[in-house]
Amino acid sequence: MTEKKIEKITTRIWNETAEEDNPFAASACYCAGYDVYGDLLGKASYIEYLYLLFKLERPSPSQTRLLEGLAVALANPGPRDHSVRAAMCAGVGGSTHASALIAAISVGAGNLGGGREVFTAVQYWNQCGMDLDAWKAMIKEPPVEERADVWMPMEHPPGFDPNGVSCPAPVLQTLAHLTEVSGAENLIWLQQNRSELEEAAELPLAMSGAAAAVMVALELSPEQSEILYLLLRLPGAAVHSLEQEKLGWRKYPFFGDGLKLIDKSGAEEQKEGK
Amino acid sequence: MNIPNKLEEYEDNWETEIGGWIPGEKVFLRGKNVLTELKEYRWLEYLLFGITGRHSPRIARLIEGMWVICTSFPDPRLWNNRIAALSATARSTGVLGSAGALAVSEATIYGLKPIKGGMDFLYRIDRELNKGQDFEELVSSELKKYRGIYGYGRPLVDRDERVEPLLEFAHSMGAGQGRFTDLAFRVDEYLGNSRFKYRVNASGVVAGMLADEGITPEQHYHLATLTFTAGVFPCFLDAAQKPEGTFFPLRVSRINFEGNDKSRVWGD
Repeated sequence: MTEKKIEKITTRIWNETAEEDNPFAASACYCAGYDVYGDLLGKASYIEYLYLLFKLERPSPSQTRLLEGLAVALANPGPRDHSVRAAMCAGVGGSTHASALIAAISVGAGNLGGGREVFTAVQYWNQCGMDLDAWKAMIKEPPVEERADVWMPMEHPPGFDPNGVSCPAPVLQTLAHLTEVSGAENLIWLQQNRSELEEAAELPLAMSGAAAAVMVALELSPEQSEILYLLLRLPGAAVHSLEQEKLGWRKYPFFGDGLKLIDKSGAEEQKEGK
Repeated sequence: MNIPNKLEEYEDNWETEIGGWIPGEKVFLRGKNVLTELKEYRWLEYLLFGITGRHSPRIARLIEGMWVICTSFPDPRLWNNRIAALSATARSTGVLGSAGALAVSEATIYGLKPIKGGMDFLYRIDRELNKGQDFEELVSSELKKYRGIYGYGRPLVDRDERVEPLLEFAHSMGAGQGRFTDLAFRVDEYLGNSRFKYRVNASGVVAGMLADEGITPEQHYHLATLTFTAGVFPCFLDAAQKPEGTFFPLRVSRINFEGNDKSRVWGD
């Protein structure tokens, strides 16, 4: 009789040994070879562990400072940000706390200041590197996907703010700080060439653009960059949602007079056969 | 840099022809009063009207039938349904489980990407054929470029058991005999005879049938968003009725570690 093949989860990230009295409980957990609870806990910082999870290698001091800085810069986009507003909508309506984060992730996933923008911007970096002419050409003639996708096509050069006027101070401060603590070559290049890139894009650099450059400095793939960006922006969504839950919907904008209904009575319906 | 601010005109100003609520009075959708003019609509007719602006009980019924046959399989092993079952076994809420399942349904090997992509493929190839392009060249070029064609092939099995009942149902409604449906099967015949042996799957057939009804890929995507949910809820309910944590539990030995086996020490 042939033995039934047992399906397993294959992973390069995580390994466990079982407790002697319970095969469903771990006695030790290893992340990339490090004993998480027996060694790493109390020694590695959260940021170092986060880096280890993504890269399976311990970060250098410079990489740690870079990721630490990025995490602080992204942790709270503020209550006007689309993704945080989504979380606050959950809060004011008394929705579940999980839904606040789901809402923040859903809204913060997109092409405008969201995870998908970072994904695309990192793809641009991978293609153009530190070649200014390549960037200018890519901005002028962005790649066009022939097939329809669930993602809408980009409506602006990724990493730049289509509604911006000049590069806001927080973006400049973030870029300056992260360049200084890491000395990363591509961040230095971005600082030096920001104005020219902005001229080419006819738009100012956005926080998503600075974040994408950091992801490249950390040698993360577009996919890793997208998901890490989503993850790092959640703390602000969480606390603003909790705050608005306490304050309630009456103290939160409803835009009571903001909706202007344009009446198209009768013009819209195209009645078709039963 | 001197760029005019584009956002100011939108501050507290959302102009819309789509819809809104006048509290305590009326609700509008596409110029119709929901409470008086649309109150007799069946739910799918309302969904279709909201997305396309079209009122067609026939297309709404066609879509409803397609949902039952094609996408409401209550099997908790299917990846999107599994989110609901896992939510229930972990004692989360029904809405969180179905919201997770819905989000996950926007997948590549099944779900919303093939649903939208399959119809997009038919429209694209039809446009090119009208320009006089060669059919076989178009299909093989798509296959070569993307290593697959949305609407053809299927994970786990080759044969799609949904196609036949789907065709039967569509024919009973006087649908499924137009140019796009024919094109979907022409591609099926070509690919079936190729070395890949890909066959049309239900999403490919549905794409052809609804394209024949004038539905666009964008509309098709939105219409299909909730298509899996009727299969999701039973999976949640089933797992919620069983003891907590019992949905396909995994023992430690079910982790197949393929990373570096060398033990490392973090140190101080």
